[in-house]
Amino acid sequence: MPNHVAVIMDGNRRWAGSRNFPIVFGYEAGFRAFKRLIELACNWGIGTLTVFAFSSENWCRPKAETDLLMGLFERILRFELEHFMRENIRISLIGDATKLPKQLQSLLVDAVEATQNNSRLHLIVAANYSGRSDVVQACRKIAFKVKDGLIDPNDINEYLVERELETSCTDFPHPDLLIRTSGELRMSNFLLWQLAYTELYFTNALWPDFGESEFLEALCSFQQRQRRYGGNL
Amino acid sequence: MAKQSSNRATQVIEAVGSFLRRCIGSILSAGPIPKHIAFIMDGNRRYAKKQNLEEGAGHRFGYSTLMNMLKYCYELDVKYVTIYAFSIENFKRRPEEVQSTMQLIQEKIEGLIEKESIVNRYGVRVHFIGNLKLLSKPVQLAAERAMNATWHNSKAVLSICIAYTSTDEIVNAVEESCKEKQKGNEKLLDEIGEGPLIDVADVEKHMYMAVAPDPDIIIRTSGETRLSNFLLWQSARSLLYSPGVLWPEIGFWHLVRAVLDFQKNYAYTEKKSKES
Repeated sequence: MPNHVAVIMDGNRRWAGSRNFPIVFGYEAGFRAFKRLIELACNWGIGTLTVFAFSSENWCRPKAETDLLMGLFERILRFELEHFMRENIRISLIGDATKLPKQLQSLLVDAVEATQNNSRLHLIVAANYSGRSDVVQACRKIAFKVKDGLIDPNDINEYLVERELETSCTDFPHPDLLIRTSGELRMSNFLLWQLAYTELYFTNALWPDFGESEFLEALCSFQQRQRRYGGNL
Repeated sequence: MAKQSSNRATQVIEAVGSFLRRCIGSILSAGPIPKHIAFIMDGNRRYAKKQNLEEGAGHRFGYSTLMNMLKYCYELDVKYVTIYAFSIENFKRRPEEVQSTMQLIQEKIEGLIEKESIVNRYGVRVHFIGNLKLLSKPVQLAAERAMNATWHNSKAVLSICIAYTSTDEIVNAVEESCKEKQKGNEKLLDEIGEGPLIDVADVEKHMYMAVAPDPDIIIRTSGETRLSNFLLWQSARSLLYSPGVLWPEIGFWHLVRAVLDFQKNYAYTEKKSKES
């Protein structure tokens, strides 16, 4: 079984569009699928679940839509925090939270603090996240340490970079399995360094339609993979 | 006599094949053609097992396949091709296997710069991308000779990733960026007291792969769907295509399929790159 699963929850807008629903219905259906995923992850003993909630590139969408999404995130945090506490789920946030609305930032900080000792499932939410920016911010931190004489540039190695990535909030920053819905066959700037040896699983199902059977198919596919990490068979 | 007519037949088949590829190429050119295709050439060892060949023979078949795929790419006017020839992690394989692979690589690098080779026929400039200091001296020297011999070629580019992993490439880029900032900013730091600022451009400038734009398509054969530490930074928006065939079995039609998928998604990727 994969210990760490990452998910790109793609296809909410297409789901709404195909039913002639307003976009908000797509996002709300997407949220219900997200709740199902958390339950499945808990039931199947997944230790860490990282979800791509909002990319830094999504700000280019119409303001009405991004406001709608931010409002939905706020509602989710207000009404679901108790449920996360009951289910012993820890929440961490990766991404540049400073660009999010102040109210949402404050709710996120509260949620991260309130759940920090929970241990059944570690839910990492990527909001306003970019894989490249994550690597660059790690580089900046290292550059400051070089400037302060704490590190010699010749001593910079993969371990040092990894320690400064935002995913250092978990002991298992490398997902074993990445699931992307809606048939798009690309990473879209999500977790680039961390996905070095991740098994990638793409499904045509739109995110709101992703349920138990789709999750089990992804797990079965993972179990059939031969992971060699570049070494021998 | 029989050998002559067999050669003649091969030439005719090749000419017909080339003509057909040109026709299909013209049809594909009605749409956007990817500027850069990258290949993870996976499945050579499994091919050798499947065909009951001796170990190492799979890589030789894989090399012939590579020459064909390069020909098809350059015929289609794909300007940049990148291949994952040998990962730093591959040094962990059995020493005999590593040695025979290195010998084959050295032999083929030397073949690349022969007069009739594909790189000269298509005007291809060759780059060797990776931590080349990890290679043995003979292979390093062969790589340097090939880069020198082709530096004036300007129609297309072939980047051969050898002793490469993406994480090693990023670490090297960070190290070089820090060294550069350290040299340039020492005086500035004393005056202003602000630390060196590293941004995306600094990191990208020092990547080994700064010689090419980001790949439009990454093709990995043998049905494995993972990047295995290849072009992690550069693959942020690449289309990923993983046909089930083993590398020595890949052919022109798989390339056509990949280009058609690229064209189908082109409008979406253009929109996304404008958004970013």
